[in-house]
Amino acid sequence: MVSTLFDKVWRQHLVVEETKETPAILYIDTHLIHEVTSPQAFQMLRDKGLKLRRPERTFATSDHSTPTSKANSDGEFIFYGEQEKYQVEQLKTNCEDFGITIFPLGDKKQGIVHVIGPERGITQPGQTIVCGDSHTSTHGAFGALAFGIGTSEVGYTFATQCIPQRKPKTFGIEINGELSLGVSAKDVILAIIEQIGIGGATGHVIEYFGTTVSGFSMDERMTVCNMSIEAGARAGMIAPDKTTFDYLEGKEYAPKGEDWNKAVSQWQQLYTDPEATFDKHIQIDASKITPMITYGTNPQMAIKIGQKIPVKNETQALKYMGFSENDDLVGKAVDVVFIGSCTNSRISDLRDAANIFKGRKVADKVRALVVPGSHEIKQQAEAEGIANIFIDAGAEWREPGCSMCLGMNGDIIQSGQFCVSTSNRNFEGRQGKGGRTLLASPVTAAAAAVSGVIVDPRKLM
Amino acid sequence: MKKFEKLNTSIAVIDIENIDTDQIIGSDHLKITDKKGLGQHLFSDWRYLANGENNPDFVLNRPSTRAAKVIVTGDNFGCGSSREHAPWALLDYGIEVVISSSIADIFSNNSIKNGLLPIQISETQQQFLLSKNGEGIEVDLASQQIQCDDKLIGFKLEPFAKYCLLNGIEQLDFLFNNESKITDYENSLVS
Repeated sequence: MVSTLFDKVWRQHLVVEETKETPAILYIDTHLIHEVTSPQAFQMLRDKGLKLRRPERTFATSDHSTPTSKANSDGEFIFYGEQEKYQVEQLKTNCEDFGITIFPLGDKKQGIVHVIGPERGITQPGQTIVCGDSHTSTHGAFGALAFGIGTSEVGYTFATQCIPQRKPKTFGIEINGELSLGVSAKDVILAIIEQIGIGGATGHVIEYFGTTVSGFSMDERMTVCNMSIEAGARAGMIAPDKTTFDYLEGKEYAPKGEDWNKAVSQWQQLYTDPEATFDKHIQIDASKITPMITYGTNPQMAIKIGQKIPVKNETQALKYMGFSENDDLVGKAVDVVFIGSCTNSRISDLRDAANIFKGRKVADKVRALVVPGSHEIKQQAEAEGIANIFIDAGAEWREPGCSMCLGMNGDIIQSGQFCVSTSNRNFEGRQGKGGRTLLASPVTAAAAAVSGVIVDPRKLM
Repeated sequence: MKKFEKLNTSIAVIDIENIDTDQIIGSDHLKITDKKGLGQHLFSDWRYLANGENNPDFVLNRPSTRAAKVIVTGDNFGCGSSREHAPWALLDYGIEVVISSSIADIFSNNSIKNGLLPIQISETQQQFLLSKNGEGIEVDLASQQIQCDDKLIGFKLEPFAKYCLLNGIEQLDFLFNNESKITDYENSLVS
């Protein structure tokens, strides 16, 4: 049978095939949970007197509501408010009550759920992975079928280790060519979303492939897959290869010894057969991509830095942002720069940003936050001397978490402020009521931080 | 879950494309550990002025559309975050049906599990309904038809979603009914 990568993973997890009347039942290998979308699912278990079918397949961490400031001298974390504190404590209690492994706040393994899954080797090729978070698509970088679910399905996964699913369509995105200096995986995915649109992949699972993708590191692959949801895709996937195996080998939860060899030989079968076709297929020339930035209130509203805001009748978005058609963003003053989130908080993102910060200072009146994706990344950045580059430049070097990506923990921007952010969503009010977000890569964000205005980062390289 | 009954109500039009779940319910309101009281925060950045008072220009604050149980919106409703708080907030407010030319996958999945009916229609039909703010509408799930202004519009819905909504059935029961097959699958992994 000729199959795509998606078909292979889908078929291997079918408990019951779909019929005209009923959806397929899909087995879930790995379930990741966090404090925001799980409490009501635990309550459902309690209300119905249920327990977890496979507690060893669920892993928990706190990331959304957690403070990014250090614990005080008594080891206590200062939360934004009582609700945030209760939510984080409640997750810990729920995990203890139901026998779930948790990497809690204060633990050396804690971090953003989509950063620590891969980092611990929990994320593996060919798995089905769900999490009550739309950026679960990140894990598709390993050749897993990984997608976001709502709280009801978190409960279903707890109780049955399965979810009902209709088979999605497939969308092949072939990316070939070399990226030029100053252009990153973030620019690639922003360029793709600009091209296909915020709903362009609704109902589809994207597979990214081509020479550019094969040449990407795992960090870069995760950045691309992470934002698949911003084009409406159910998931994004990349076939596993040597880069994937090298990344995973030796990780805490990765198979060891003979099991490792067995696993790799199975993972090597996870690719799209040459004769297989996708429901949709586009080609992207990576060599033509230049640094990107968004100007509006969804990730599709993006331009090449240096281009003018297009005439597209996006009245409401431009009014919110305080921009006009034909405006040039270069030279616009920025108030805040945020480097972090499940899109761009990994060590290579921090290294890229540090190269710009090195020997420079954060511009007057700019607040720059650098929030590593996990404690492991934080420690690595400190050991490499990168953290000191941020600190010497005058940026805030903070504790891991989702932070200003969605501002649930109090890391917010003020109404009317402009924030160049390496996160994934520039929706109205996402980073704080009335705040205006411009999405960009770590180098572009760093360049804005040291310049005080939006600049083409290549001018600083 | 409550059965979805035939509905006679009025339409509230929000003629905006790509309404994301952050607009439906902002992250400030995701800090609860139950599902209660989200309706008051529905569309809060649009519904309330900076001083906390109702924005008189927002459709759900106008007398003729305040009690509407159907919203008709621009393309790609519910995109973005997977937060199930979005359908919880809509239902808690009193909205039972969302109509658009396209509705985001996760939002649609979440809605069905809570008794909120997501209806996708053609762009022409959407344009017609976008011009009917405040007017009466009948939504009949059993026959998969909407009636507005003597115009009858049929809509498609995934058969299992229809079955669950009409009968008030939780999808968890469907999974439990297949428990022996789940066990068989798990046993096949071990061998």
